Amino acid sequence: MSAEETLGPAPMRATSEGATRRLGLRLGGSWLGLVPFFAFALLFLFLPILYLATGAFQNAAGEFTLANFAELATPNLRAAYSLSVRLSLVSAALGTITGVLLGYAVILGGLPRWVRPVFMTFSGVASNFAGIPLAFAFIATLGRIGLLTMVLRDVFGFNLYGAGFNLFSFWGVALTYLYFQMPLMLLIVAPALDGLKTEWREAAEILGASRRQYWLRVALPILMPSILGCFLLLFANAFGTLATVYALTGSRFAVVPIVLYQQIQGNVLYNPNLGYALAVGMVVIMAVSNTIYLVLRTRAERWRT
Amino acid sequence: MRRSLPIVSTLIVLLAASYFLIPLYATFQFSLQMVRGQWSFEAYRSVFNSDVFAATVTFSTIASLAAILVGVLIVVPTAYWVRLRLPRWRPVVEFVSLMPLIIPPVVLVFGYVRLFGSTSYLPLTLSNAGTNTLLVAGYVVLSLPYMYRAVDNGMAAIDIKTLTEAAEILGASRFRTIAAVIFPNVRSAIVSGAFLSFSISFGEFVIASLLNRPAFGPYLVQIGQDRAYEPAALAIMSFALIWACMVLMQLFAARKPGGRILPRLIRPSARSVTP
Repeated sequence: MSAEETLGPAPMRATSEGATRRLGLRLGGSWLGLVPFFAFALLFLFLPILYLATGAFQNAAGEFTLANFAELATPNLRAAYSLSVRLSLVSAALGTITGVLLGYAVILGGLPRWVRPVFMTFSGVASNFAGIPLAFAFIATLGRIGLLTMVLRDVFGFNLYGAGFNLFSFWGVALTYLYFQMPLMLLIVAPALDGLKTEWREAAEILGASRRQYWLRVALPILMPSILGCFLLLFANAFGTLATVYALTGSRFAVVPIVLYQQIQGNVLYNPNLGYALAVGMVVIMAVSNTIYLVLRTRAERWRT
Repeated sequence: MRRSLPIVSTLIVLLAASYFLIPLYATFQFSLQMVRGQWSFEAYRSVFNSDVFAATVTFSTIASLAAILVGVLIVVPTAYWVRLRLPRWRPVVEFVSLMPLIIPPVVLVFGYVRLFGSTSYLPLTLSNAGTNTLLVAGYVVLSLPYMYRAVDNGMAAIDIKTLTEAAEILGASRFRTIAAVIFPNVRSAIVSGAFLSFSISFGEFVIASLLNRPAFGPYLVQIGQDRAYEPAALAIMSFALIWACMVLMQLFAARKPGGRILPRLIRPSARSVTP
């Protein structure tokens, strides 16, 4: 910031007056304007991650090794990754299906005009309503003495927990995640649904296609890259979530972020470098799903001209 | 083809609405049941009377505002400079601003704790001020993607080149141009980014907890373990706060011709708006 203020003007004036056309001088001055941004990113984003990444490839003595990554395959950590991946897949799939259905109903369903902005606004709020308050809301609703649990028991005579449901289990957590996944899906898939041109449907109709055929043969294939992309974004979103599951289950539900959280607090893995490898594994999974999301998104935009 | 649609979509919308609204209603009613046999705002009173509540809210408010301030100071000049003078750097800067989306907060704070730990060259975690700096830096990083998007979209909607040239012809310095010309023009974009940033950092748990800060997020978890009705009251208040932030954000974002409705919509890689 200050570098830019003090160093910015001189070369800029020089060029605008046309006095100097020497590229070297111009680039030299301009370049400095980005120093604050990159300095911040280096110090608080790149170096910390780099530190973990190098540590992941070292043993306790500081020598190069791949042993930490091999150790990620030990039963404990493999179970954590497996639980994380399964939970993220399930919650992303639930979010994708319900989000697309809701998007279809709200955007293409022929409902009154006010429905769409109401759901979009609410989704903006709900997709940010993650973390601890969300866990509290679901405990108050579907916990052992939650309101809905009680109403079901007292009014309908249905014992939810007797029937095998448990908010603090896999499906309970997945159901809770849905509260921010479905709205997020609605928000990010809406542009794709808006992009479905009426001409395409009319053309299909004129050619004698049924509604089912139109959806299966025309609309869904066009939407598929967007939907898959959004699915991956939702997957990453669930994969990185810690606070919600922590507030729901404490540290009993050992997904990868929870294990990492405990490792940072007290080196529960008894090997700092293994902790680094665990963190790098998380970043890799997040990076891969986000990259595929970007690729699919670019593909999807072919249709939007 | 048209006839049968509204039944299906009405059903879907009703189901979704009940999934969204039942937990909110249940939480609200639950929060009123602290006194046995009657409905009261006792849980809310208990929360507001707690000193820890006031202290953590104050702490988190200050930390979030500091993060917004630092974020604005970093993002606005950078976005301006990239658009004005270094358009070729735009993909790089944009990529860096999106990086935090693939770094989970727990990994980020892990890096902080180790890189700035007691044996490092810059042992920030040893002092209170240092740890607070790390917390604010973490919040800036978390909100960087949204802040950059919001500000960059705001800049897209105005003609930066002409404004800058006009300011320069009138003799304004670079600093004056940014402060008196560019900044007021993207103010609503900044404010909209700021509200989103606030809603991200205010109740944040992971970074605050692992840096051992007396913030609102860790306080929430503690209350969740100790009490039954106060958490429900706090959840309702949090929802109201996020709602307020989002409504204000949309309000400010909608003011700009180029502003989109919700930055969430334009998360990674939405097509950029060209001026």
